[in-house]
Formats: sequence, structure tokens, C-alpha cells
Amino acid sequence: MLGNNGKIDGFSGINPIESKEELIKIYPAKVARKRAKHITVYDREEGDPPEIEANVRTVPGIITQRGCSYAGCKGVVLGPTRDIVNITHGPIGCGFYSWLTRRNQTRPPSDESENFITYAFSTDMQEKEIIFGGEKKLKQAIQEAYDIFHPKAISIFATCPVGLIGDDIHAVAREMKEKLGINVFAFSCEGYKGVSQSAGHHIANNQLFKHVIGLKNEKNDAKYKINLLGEYNIGGDAFEIERVLEKCGIELVATFSGNSTYEGFANSHVADLNTVMCHRSINYVAEMMEKKYGIPWTKVNFIGAESSAKSLRKIAAYFDNAELKAKVEKVIEEEMKEVEKVRAEVKAKCEGKTAMLFVGGSRAHHYQDLFTEIGMTTVAAGYEFGHRDDYEGRRVLPTIKVDADSRNIEELEVSADEKLYSPRKTEAEIEKMKSKGIDFKEYEGLMSDMAKNSLVIDDISHYETEKLLEIYKPDIFCAGIKEKYAIQKMGIPCKQLHSYDYGGPYAGFKGAINFYKDIDQMVNTKIWKEIKAPWETEPQLSARYGSE
Amino acid sequence: MEKKTFVSTRNACKLCAPFGSTLVFKGIEGALPFIHGSQGCATYIRRYMISHFREPVDIASSSLGESATIFGGRKNLSAGLKNVMKQYNPKMIGIATNCLSETIGENIEQYIKEFQSNDKAYSKIPLVGVSAPSYKGTHQTGFHEAVRSVVKTLVKRKGERKKLLSILPGFVSCEDLRHLKEILEDFGLDYTLLPDYSETLDGVFWNEYRKIPEGGTPIRRIKEMGMSKAVIELGKSLLKSESAGSWLSKEFDIPYYNLPLPIGIQESDRFFKTLEKVKGFPMPEKYKKERGRLLDAYIDGHKYLFGKKAVIYGDEDFVASMASFVSEIGVIPVLCASGEDRLKETLKTLIDPKIMDQIEVLPSSDFMEIAEKAEVLKPDVFIGSSKGYFMARKMKVPLMRAGFPIHDRMGGQRMLHLGYKGTQMLFDRLVNIFIEVKQETSPVGYSYI
Repeated sequence: MLGNNGKIDGFSGINPIESKEELIKIYPAKVARKRAKHITVYDREEGDPPEIEANVRTVPGIITQRGCSYAGCKGVVLGPTRDIVNITHGPIGCGFYSWLTRRNQTRPPSDESENFITYAFSTDMQEKEIIFGGEKKLKQAIQEAYDIFHPKAISIFATCPVGLIGDDIHAVAREMKEKLGINVFAFSCEGYKGVSQSAGHHIANNQLFKHVIGLKNEKNDAKYKINLLGEYNIGGDAFEIERVLEKCGIELVATFSGNSTYEGFANSHVADLNTVMCHRSINYVAEMMEKKYGIPWTKVNFIGAESSAKSLRKIAAYFDNAELKAKVEKVIEEEMKEVEKVRAEVKAKCEGKTAMLFVGGSRAHHYQDLFTEIGMTTVAAGYEFGHRDDYEGRRVLPTIKVDADSRNIEELEVSADEKLYSPRKTEAEIEKMKSKGIDFKEYEGLMSDMAKNSLVIDDISHYETEKLLEIYKPDIFCAGIKEKYAIQKMGIPCKQLHSYDYGGPYAGFKGAINFYKDIDQMVNTKIWKEIKAPWETEPQLSARYGSE
Repeated sequence: MEKKTFVSTRNACKLCAPFGSTLVFKGIEGALPFIHGSQGCATYIRRYMISHFREPVDIASSSLGESATIFGGRKNLSAGLKNVMKQYNPKMIGIATNCLSETIGENIEQYIKEFQSNDKAYSKIPLVGVSAPSYKGTHQTGFHEAVRSVVKTLVKRKGERKKLLSILPGFVSCEDLRHLKEILEDFGLDYTLLPDYSETLDGVFWNEYRKIPEGGTPIRRIKEMGMSKAVIELGKSLLKSESAGSWLSKEFDIPYYNLPLPIGIQESDRFFKTLEKVKGFPMPEKYKKERGRLLDAYIDGHKYLFGKKAVIYGDEDFVASMASFVSEIGVIPVLCASGEDRLKETLKTLIDPKIMDQIEVLPSSDFMEIAEKAEVLKPDVFIGSSKGYFMARKMKVPLMRAGFPIHDRMGGQRMLHLGYKGTQMLFDRLVNIFIEVKQETSPVGYSYI
């Protein structure tokens, strides 16, 4: 039998400090010292979470799961957009690999509506462009995209060679914008910038803020208007969140960027509250919108039924309207009926099992709520590309050292807009709400929700993953397709939390039900009884790290 | 060739060079692929390779950042290699460059030499470097360049000629590799198959930890390739430049056979005849029977196929052999397309001129061009990878998945294409597609067809 037969002794009996040493002992001394800073054990009784090293360059030769700046910009933030033609400027690889591989969904209003999500445009640079420059080809590609689709907007994404050969993509964008009379803007998201996808998120945020947000100024008379930031509609998550918000009577002006529209981005500054899902990838936009337009932001989480309910209540409390509050309570009550039914069934079978989450810059945190709801404990977690604030909370922001890799990413200077700045709440109102428990500009980070003595590992390597499984033997490991088959070869189910194993949605109430059922199926399927995990044929391994 | 209307590529029908190179390194025993350049490429390539093979794929990287673009990546490469040696204890490291390292002008050969002479402790592990910028050619270029580099780096000794056959299969499926090995074993040939990722990328469930999966061409055997009695290299697209096979042949004076992929009776015959010639006796009874059964099936199924129109797309060698096969059974390959640039020349090496006249050839094309042309030609079937799904779905035309990549069905790595047996499987699948269409569109709903 796999796992721990429903007990968590495999967890409580393992010494996390020893495990940490085991993970890094193979490395050359210098590398081991570096990696040690990325691995922490959090004993919550000792106060604030310990400092963790994050958002620094991966040591060469460590097989990381991280991607690049281009992936974060083109793939993550702009990938879900359907009515902007996204052109990759570079040789063919990057454009090909980011061709709908994140499985973003979108729902255009009709079959005739613009939807470019299935297209992968690339300038397909050849050697002669590397030598003589690619601006001419890029201009022609923009013209071609325009001629075929006549879109509202075209965006350009730089790959590694572009910055190196000195193509001025921003000048090309300006020229073509003038010529075509549509919005054309570019992202200098060359893959070598920053240390991971995270740099690309920041670059994407900056350019959306500079070139799109605030362009339109259409009055919106809805009473409760919000934006949802950092939701990318993997597996239809955005559809479920939209359903719930609509049912509550809350108007979603724009989502960045699941099931989004260009017009939505352009008019997003009319919303009265920014709600942030993935803090890592989108907090820059939230911060900048607050400064320029006076829209406060608050952290929400629609992953997990309880968390969804909490997030809805928070939004209702912000608008402070009795009718809305009552409506939200009614919706929660209705939705929770089915949730509770399935949850009880699944919990009976999953209670006491253990999970590990190594994914993203927010998912490793958010999904812990879903596991908690069915009685499972997350014994180790970490991000691929999170920063210290995503682990330890935003309170550490002033103490984060900015290294050369991060310094190269532009920080926009933002000030209040002369015409459009209008603080949605006075400072006194904000303070009053804070005293009632509504937080603004706050994120507690992943560690605050972790169990005592759990392991937190930043940018876990492929090697460490395998070691960790060997020591802890969790009942399920959540990661992505790159880790999936190695994990499953060791007899442990792997839940893909980037693409949901082609399932989902997992957000909101219906999503929670889907998740409970999928996890039940994965940890309780018969297939794991058919096979023996490596440590079952090599008992000395489990004896060594057992409860001694 | 028609004038290309677009300079941009819309939904590419090709992948990048380092993809092909790292795939080759996955097919060598104990080898670890390594990309010298930005780390995103290693991640993207792993992600993509895994979606087809559904197996673990580890690719290391020297993780070059902004400062390395100014000062060069020598230090990162050296640190990365040492680090990976310590963790994975590989028997070989295959290092592919990428767009970044090539654009800043990194000389991988030079770096490898320096690395190996600087520290004797690290000089025992063979390092093979290959230049693989994505702006030159496609994943096929990267594949063949890597095979050539492996051979040129590792094959050194010239010894007494052995009864050894070197076979370079090109980019084929894991099942194809296993079938080739079966054939060579049945012929009683002592062979070296390079690369061989049939186990490393389609392995069994593990009962012990494997940092590097078992399988792959043994390095010892690669070293001996210079003593081969013959070299067989599959893929006529290789004619355009020096290949691993032609280099071996020239360097060590070995008879060289460059053949198309053996799909269809004509090309399988050519392949088996070559083996007969190398071995010196006729093919085993088993294969005579496979050939006989295939012919018999051609007869039984011809009425469903005659005059049907197929659009075939993918890698040049795959498209050429597939077109040759469907022509044998009366299906017209009305459109042959590839992201590679010499499709017409490759096709001409094996397709009868009369059939060539019926084929529209789209070299250097992308899926938007293929779809636009297909709208006009109205094919009865698409043959190629999962990447054609969008157009097949839109046109409501069946898609017979074959080749690479297949990431919307299970078992792409276990799909057999080669030899009489592979052809038989393709034939049965293709006939059944047409039978199904006939059955589904029949008002009666016959169950005997």
C-alpha cells in the first residue's frame, strides 16, 4: 500500500531538520550552502516565519522547474487574452512552446467574436535577422496580423536574441501604432531577464499599466464594481468565479487576465475595488492602480469553498451594504449545501492523508485550503518563482535586498492622475474597516498557513523533489507536467496544478466539489495497490528516516 | 515552389533545434542533456517532450542571466557541469547551445576543451557539444547535428573491421526503435542503434530510484562505430549536408546506405533488401509473412481507399515516406507540407514522378497555410501530429494521428510506423477511418462493412 494508510505519522515522525540536510548533502559545499537558505522549517510557536531565500538566480546545473521571463509575460499574464494579437518576436521555439500549452480558456460572446487564443504568431527569426536585425520583419509581421484580423490591439514579445541584437521593438510598436491607428505595444521580456517567470509578470504589469489601463473611460453605473487580478482561467476557473459574483450581484469590470477583454483592461480603472488572487504575478498593477486612480486592493482567494465564502464576505464588507451582505450570505448558504454533501463523503476517505505542493507563486498556498477542507495536511510546500513576501508576508518588503537580477526590471514611477484620481474610501474609512478585520494591501504569505514543523522549500530542484518523496512518502504531490511522471514512477499520484490534468475548474464552490472528487479518485484509486513504491522494496530507506 | 505570402509564422509546423539535440542525448546510456544558455529553454523543452512521451525528462541548464550576456557564460557552464556531475553521476553530458549563447558568440567546443583540461577530475566524463540555435533550421536540424556531434566526438579508434552494423534511425517513435531492434536481432546482426531512447523515454515502472533512466545506446558501442561493416542512415532529407552516417562512411571507409523511413511496401522492401545485403542471407520467414499479410490486407481494403485524398504534414522524412505509402494503396497525397524547407527534394527521392504531379508541396509552411490550402483541396483525411487537430476539427475531417508530437492521445511513443508491421498498423487504422465515416453517414447503419 502506498502512503501512510491514512495516518500522518509519516509526517510527525520525520525530523524536518534532518530531512533538510538529506536533501542538500549531495551538492558541492558551496551549492549546499546556497540551497540551505531556500529550505526552512517553520515552527509557528516561535513567532514570525523564518527568513527564506527566494527570487534569486538558480544555481547552474540544478534542474529547476522554473521558466523564463518570456514565459511569465507572454505565457502567463497575456496568454489568456483573446482579442489582442500576441506576436512573438524571435526564433520559432518560444512561440511554439507557448502555443496554448497553459490551457487557458476563454468565452467570446459569439462565434464571430474575436478570439486569437488558438493562434501562435511568430516572426520566426532566421540567421540573417540575427545578423542584420529583425525590425523590418517585425513590422511586416505586425502588418500581416493587422491585415488578417484588424484587431483592436497587437502586442509584441521579445525573446532572448532580440535584446542582444538591439532590435528596438518599442520604436517599431510606436511606428506601427501610428500607421495602423490601433494600439500596438511591446514587452521587453527576453528570457535572460530576471531569474524566473516572475520578472516577466512584472514587465507585463508595467506595460499593461502604461499602454492599456485607463485608455477608455466608460461610465459604469453598477453599485458594486470590482476587478479580479491574477486569475488566469485555467480549466475554466474564471467562469465559476464569474458565476458566483454575478449571483451575488457584484459587477466584474475586468479580470487580469482570465476570460478577459482588451476593453475590460482599458476601462478597469472605473472599478471601486481591486481583488488580488495571485499576489505574485499581479500585485504591481494593484499597487499602481491605487496610486494613480485611488482604488484600494485586497487579497482574496477563490480556491477552496471556505476561502471563497470568506472572500465574498470581504467584498461585501468593503461595500458595506446590508442588502449585498444578505445576498452574499444567501448565495453562500445555497452553494455550501452541495459542497458539504460531497465534502463529507470525500473527507471520510481522505482524512489524515498528506499532500505536498510545489507550484507557482500562489497556488502552493491557495490549494492548501482545499486539502484542509477534506482533512488532508500539507506537509511541505514551496513556490517555483515566489518572492520572500509571498512566503513570509508583505511585512518583510522593506527588508528585501534587491539584487542585480531584479534591479534590471523597471519600476514605474506612478503618481495620482490629475483627472481620474478619486480615492474610493477616505483614510478614516479604511482605518475603520481595518479595525473590523478587512485588510488592505496585505498578504500574509504561505508560511502563515503551514502546519507546525512543515518544510518550506523555494525553487525545489528535480533532485530534491525525488529525495523528498523518498523521505516523506506523501499521499499526493501537486506540481506540473515536468515533475509528474517522475513522481508517478515512484508510486505517488501527481496532481498537475498548472493545467489541472485537463480537469477543473477548481475555483469557487463547484470547483471545490470537482477538486474533492478528483483528489479522492487519485489517492484512493486501485492502481496504487498494484505497484510497489521503491521504498517498499528497499525497506532500509524508510527505516533510516522513520520516527527514530 | 509558390511564393510565400507571409513573413510571419502562424502556428508553426516545426520545433526548435535544441529540442532535437536534447532528444538525441536522451537516447544515450547514462547521458544527461544540458542546455548552455537561458534556463527557460530547458524548461519549455522538458515540458513539451514530456507531453508526448509521458515520462520523466531531466534537462540541465547553465541558467545564463543578464550579466552572462555581457561577460560570457564560461563560468556558468563550468559550475553547471560540475554540479550536475555531482548530482547525477552521468556517463556523458550532451551540451546543446541555444539562441542566447549562440547570439553572444559562445564557442562550446572551446569551452569543453578548457573545462576538461582545467580539472582532471572532471575530464573522464565525455562531453559532447552541439551548436543548436533555433534560428537555424528546425528540431530535425538539431537532432541530426547532435547525432553527428556524438559520432564525431566519441568515435575515435580505427580498428579491425567488425561484423557490426551501425544504424542511425533519425527521429522515430520508441516503438519504431524497438521494432528496428527486433528486426536486426532476427537477422542475427550485431548492431549499434544511435540514438535509442526506446527505454529512456518509454520505460517501465521503477522499483528503484533512477536519476537517469536505464536504456540508451551504450557509449562503448558508439566508440566502436568506426569499425562497422556498414552504416544505414534513415532519412533522405539528410542529403543536404554532411550527416553522421556520411561522415562515418568517409572517415572510416564504410559502405553507406541512406534510405527513406521504411513505411509502405516499397520502402520496407528497400530496407529489408539492404539488411539482406549487409547480412548476406534472405530475410527471416517471419518478415516474409508480415509482408504477405500486408499485401493481402491491401487487397482486402483497397475498395475503401481508392481515390481518397489525404493531407500529410510534419517532418520531411515522415511526410515523404507516408506519402509513398498512401500512394501504394490508392490514396492521393494531395497536399504534403512541412515546416522544413526542402520537402520537394526529399519527396522526389522516393515518389514516382507521375504521383508527384498530383501532389501540392508546401515546404517551409505553417498550419495556417496548410489549413488554407486544405480548405481548397477538401481532403478526406489528415495524417500527422496532434498539431493538426484545430484544422481537422474546423473542417470536420478525420485526423489520423501519427509522427510527433501526439499530446492529445495516449501512446504516441508506442505508435509503430516502420516496417511491414508498422505499415500494417497504419493501413488498418486508415482503412477503419474511412469505414467509420461510411458507416456513420449511412442511413441504414450497416454493421457488416
